[in-house]
Amino acid sequence: MTDTENQNVKIKARDVTVHYGEARALHGIDLDLNANEVTALIGPSGCGKSTFLRCINRMNDVIDGCRVGGTVSIDEQNIYSDAVDVVELRARVGMVFQKPNPFPKSIYDNVAYGPRIHGMAQDRATLDEVVERSLKRAGLWEEVKDRLTASGTSLSGGQQQRLCIARAIAVNPAIVLMDEPCSALDPIATAVIEELMEELRRDYTIVIVTHSMQQAARISQRTAYFHLGDLVEHGQTEAIFTKPQNQQTEAYISGKIG
Amino acid sequence: MTDKSDTKSHTEAYEARLKKRYRAERRFRAYGMAAIMTAGLILVFLLSSIVYSSLPAFSHHHTRLDIQVSTDYVSADAPEQGNYLGLVRAALRDQFPEVSGRRDKRALYKILSIGASDELQKRVIAEPDLIGTRLSLDVPLSDDIDLMLKGLIDRTLPESDRIVSDRDLVWADKLLAENRISRKFAFALFTNGDSREPEMAGIRGALVGSLWTLLVTLIVSFPLGVLAAIYLEEVAPKNRATALIEVNINNLAAVPSIVYGLLGLAVFINFFHLPRSAPLVGGFVLALMTLPRIIIPTRAAFASIPPSIREAALGVGASRTQVIMHHVLPLAMPGILTGTIIGLAQAAGETAPLLMIGMMAFIVDVPGDVTAKATVLPAQIYMWANNPERAFVARTSAGIVVLLTLLLVVNAAAIYFRRRFEKRW
Repeated sequence: MTDTENQNVKIKARDVTVHYGEARALHGIDLDLNANEVTALIGPSGCGKSTFLRCINRMNDVIDGCRVGGTVSIDEQNIYSDAVDVVELRARVGMVFQKPNPFPKSIYDNVAYGPRIHGMAQDRATLDEVVERSLKRAGLWEEVKDRLTASGTSLSGGQQQRLCIARAIAVNPAIVLMDEPCSALDPIATAVIEELMEELRRDYTIVIVTHSMQQAARISQRTAYFHLGDLVEHGQTEAIFTKPQNQQTEAYISGKIG
Repeated sequence: MTDKSDTKSHTEAYEARLKKRYRAERRFRAYGMAAIMTAGLILVFLLSSIVYSSLPAFSHHHTRLDIQVSTDYVSADAPEQGNYLGLVRAALRDQFPEVSGRRDKRALYKILSIGASDELQKRVIAEPDLIGTRLSLDVPLSDDIDLMLKGLIDRTLPESDRIVSDRDLVWADKLLAENRISRKFAFALFTNGDSREPEMAGIRGALVGSLWTLLVTLIVSFPLGVLAAIYLEEVAPKNRATALIEVNINNLAAVPSIVYGLLGLAVFINFFHLPRSAPLVGGFVLALMTLPRIIIPTRAAFASIPPSIREAALGVGASRTQVIMHHVLPLAMPGILTGTIIGLAQAAGETAPLLMIGMMAFIVDVPGDVTAKATVLPAQIYMWANNPERAFVARTSAGIVVLLTLLLVVNAAAIYFRRRFEKRW
């Protein structure tokens, strides 16, 4: 199952294994992810798709007893090499989590936090601009422009998730990872975020973990199906959903297992 | 549709269960309210009995004497060396010309406090112009006469069962009849250090000693405790060594406090030769005792911060230190402060460890710094309770009132700071 159209590869994973203590969560994953595309990682719970996602910005590092093997390269550089600073890496690879998790600070400070700690804004005017631009890109600006000092936690769930997206893109990452970003949202808020992803993919490489087949079909260009720590099948979303090569994939997509 | 009888029996069983459940809930509520009310009543009883028995200590009876500041006793050149007690006694003799003979006079002098001349001395030194003039001054009476005037000594008892003699009663009645006796607020209670005479004994020395001790405790235990907790909770790898440290810290919180006193005696005084009876050493000992009581709630405060906040900060590229300093620590601050203040409040009420390092001592002077000899409030209260003079009974309660007030202030400060930190978010 080699990918035939792998020009423009942004992220290259080779033989990625992850152990949580003694338990093995991923068994040697080889996967290429293209720039300016949305790649959806699907599969039943516990299949390792979130684990794989967290390998891309080394968020697994903070989990006690978690070991990662193999290589993950971004723009041909292995992010697990000693030369890579994990803090700098996470500035290049933003992440949006399953549950909206704004800081208990003002909306402004939520978005400005990343640029501030990375020294990306020299003065207040630049920072204001970054905050405005990020909120606009996340489609939240019109709703919050008059109350930037209000607490981020006072927003609705969908707004909070867009605030988290604005916070992630404020540091101008190349890649945005999304771990089931819509699972806590209603269909309307989900639709807003899905539109946003379509818009964002022009500038970013997006990797999304989702439990919703329809969502994967709607928004992604490529889909990878994981099962019990193995990458079973991956390819063009259309192909995966219409003519899956693997029986397991077909069973999952058609709702027979999952 | 079910038939009627079936519905009815179902309803009966259902209603019975419903009633039983409601009864159980009412019972549960009643137990809870009974527990709260019992606790509340005990507290009210305790506080009111302490406050009631402390009331006599807050006032003291004085008698007005017409004092001729004669140059026989005080010279204008050196007013500091004047015999002020002699002046006061002379004025008292003038008041009772019928008393003659050395022994009678000596008995008469005893109706005045030994501090009777202090006020006069202060005034004359401040205004030397008073020398040679005549002035009218309220001087404090002795503790026994004061108690009698407050009605705390039964005048109807036979003389042998009473600490105030029949003669004392006559003299006091004469002063009363001449309208020379007044009841004043007992400033001495708040301005003086300890004394053997109840009417001269004040809480100030012990209060200042307590404050110095707590200051040392806070300065030592707060940064050490918070840093230790941050390291253990956020930085240290989870392995056998840290697990052992954790178990030991939890055990330290349960060590009897007198053990810390022994440790302080052995280490700070015998080994490092720090001064005995000093707030510095007392503060160190209480800091040792308070450390686990700060570390444990601080760790709990850190552990209660949702991991999603840490992930969010890590996700935008914050370093571990930035995650702690920018997000976790500010969110944990109310919990840390609460733990610290409760730890300090416990330290403020602690006596046992201070016994061992000599802070249970009769110290008259108000300590000026952390190395001066000092005692603390609970030790002072215990010493007063041990004194035989009747007037110390009220003094003891007054000491407790002051200690409780101090704890109230500390707790109010905790609530204030907690609110302030919470508002920021």
